Amino acid sequence: MNKLETLKQSLQGKFKIENYKFIHAVGDDVLEVPKEDVPALLKYLHDSGAFDFLMDVCGVDYPNRAKRFDVVYHLFSSKDSSRLRVKAQVGENESIGTAIPAYRGADWFEREAYDMFGIKFDGHMNLRRILTHHQFVGHPLRKDYDANLQQACTTSMPIHFNNEPGSPGDVLNEKYVPLNIGPAHTAMHGTLRVMAEMDGETIVRCNNEIGYLHRCFEKMAETHPYNQVIPYTDRLNYCSAPMNNIGYCKAVERLLGVEIPPKAQAMRVILAELSRIIDHTIAIGTGAMDLGALTSFFYMFGLREKTYGLFEKLCGARLTVSMTRVGGMAQDAPEGWFDEVLALCKEIRKGTDEMASMVVDNKIFINRTRGICPVSAQDAIQWGYTGPLLRASGVNLDLRKAQPYYGYDALDFDVPVGTSGDIYDRYLVRFEEMRQSVRIIEQVCKNVPGGDYTIRDKGIVLPEKKDVYGNIEGLMNHFMLIIKGLRPPVGEVYDATEAANGELGFYLVSDGSANPYRLKVRPPCFAIYQSYPTVVKGAQLADAIATIASMNLIAGELDR
Amino acid sequence: MQNEHGAEGTQAIDDMSRDIAFTTKLDAIVAWGRKNSLWPMPYGTACCGIEFMSVMGPKYDLARFGAEVARFSPRQADLLVVAGTITEKMAPVITRIYQQMLEPKYVISMGACASSGGFYRAYHVLQGVDKVIPVDVYIPGCPPTPEAVMDGIMALQRMIATHQPRPWKDNWKNPYEQA
Repeated sequence: MNKLETLKQSLQGKFKIENYKFIHAVGDDVLEVPKEDVPALLKYLHDSGAFDFLMDVCGVDYPNRAKRFDVVYHLFSSKDSSRLRVKAQVGENESIGTAIPAYRGADWFEREAYDMFGIKFDGHMNLRRILTHHQFVGHPLRKDYDANLQQACTTSMPIHFNNEPGSPGDVLNEKYVPLNIGPAHTAMHGTLRVMAEMDGETIVRCNNEIGYLHRCFEKMAETHPYNQVIPYTDRLNYCSAPMNNIGYCKAVERLLGVEIPPKAQAMRVILAELSRIIDHTIAIGTGAMDLGALTSFFYMFGLREKTYGLFEKLCGARLTVSMTRVGGMAQDAPEGWFDEVLALCKEIRKGTDEMASMVVDNKIFINRTRGICPVSAQDAIQWGYTGPLLRASGVNLDLRKAQPYYGYDALDFDVPVGTSGDIYDRYLVRFEEMRQSVRIIEQVCKNVPGGDYTIRDKGIVLPEKKDVYGNIEGLMNHFMLIIKGLRPPVGEVYDATEAANGELGFYLVSDGSANPYRLKVRPPCFAIYQSYPTVVKGAQLADAIATIASMNLIAGELDR
Repeated sequence: MQNEHGAEGTQAIDDMSRDIAFTTKLDAIVAWGRKNSLWPMPYGTACCGIEFMSVMGPKYDLARFGAEVARFSPRQADLLVVAGTITEKMAPVITRIYQQMLEPKYVISMGACASSGGFYRAYHVLQGVDKVIPVDVYIPGCPPTPEAVMDGIMALQRMIATHQPRPWKDNWKNPYEQA
């Protein structure tokens, strides 16, 4: 009996399931329900233990339909790694009940759906704009909003806590000192903004504001053909760009129903693990820098530069490689590249050990991070944590083990798990993950499969340049694919990979045209960062900075 | 022996000033000093910010250009490096940061996004940071390679050394100021 049948039986008698639609679409289980049932249904699914994670909430706009919007909930179970998509239709001026009582982490996702589509969620205590600026008019991801219609913002939002300006959250307590940190602040990473109310050195209230780097990724994806979206995905998590390429291409390939050749899989695994290593080097290097240790930054960037050297050899670019294509890789690896990767592995292993002795064995570092702002396993799951932060809290969940792809199940590696979920554990987990990634790369590099680096489907992959310039068939094939674009069948798919920060999911809706109809990214740090005010409440100011560093927030994927 | 000022320690300097002469104009030596001691403030918002870290890092080592002391406070910097996309929401912030910097101040726009909005022709992206602050040097690339960034910094150094007129800066008005 499949999962959907089991679900049907368990829901029988509790809900009016004759109104429900149980669909099995492109390998995903989908449940379409009336919007009135959603809060109760989600509550039931959560409390019965069937699905403990809410990965994402998003909207889809169908302007020609009677009920204009789809609200889509992506659920995940850590027990059997099954997924369920719950969909409900909402009209233009209607609202839907909030999912926060069932899943705490629905907070920001619902705010985002409100910001982008104007879908209202009843019972949400803080439903206001999150990604666009506060003077913005309209909802940009609606199909009738022009992608190029900019609206000027003239002032910054004043310090506020949780509520609309003008309501009690905007009124500051005279006993305490309001403190604004960022965006662009000595202690803050780039575009993040934290507003705190201080009692001496202790944080009484805290609020964070995002959207300073909202670059409209999803709107851009809707206005570009499938392959041209790849460079945009690079710039989501720019610390580990190849992993975003891979996640996106994997989703499109699943919708197309193609499997890439073994060599492409091997190259993707190597690229992904190298990216994981360099992402962790940045997280650790800049994290230690936030705690006052500048040496680690220079040390870690030494390792990173060497990895960049290999990326440059592979494709000519350093940071934003755009190396994957739908159907495989853009080109083959140059001669001897895999041996160079193996040589680099030795250096990374040595560098990681040296670095670990400098950071996590350092008494000052330990005192600054151990026992600071811990997050329990239950809280982490409620907020929708994934990746190193979830594992630091003691939950053994890694998609490379839970839902293996690209032959990860055949590789020998361990998943490090922490105990307390404090800042120290997060760094320990990252160091161990770097070592495990080296193990993976070595296994793959010693045994690279032969064969082609891409599939040769003429409707999907461009022909090689020698054919384009050498014979008429290749030229016509190239021309047609550029003009017409590759066109996946009508349908939708949610596909996730284990990126450096956690689960990177792509929800892709295709209407059969050359552009994605809707592309929703599930960025790992979006779910993580929304818990920040709760995590640092009552902590010292310096601990709050240490916490933000340990979360490894990448504004590109946070704001998209 | 005492000189006319009565201080013994200055004797050596006095002697030296009789023997050695620097033949230069005051503004030339000031410009030389300025160009070789830039204090950049990295305004790293996105990918370019990471690449700018590489420029500061061990391999490319911006210190060789005298631009070593990266300061995250506008009060302590004279070179604003806009590295990354500036959104409409960020535009008032960066204008304020620019105003807080002390004279003389310079701006480098690093990468396609900062220079023109890049391939984000989109509703929330400022189509070039020169819409709100005056830019001296634009560095192309997405993100530019560290070599390109160094080239940009050397271009700025030439500008400073030769006293290039900067009408874009002289005529700049804060777009958010009430008229």
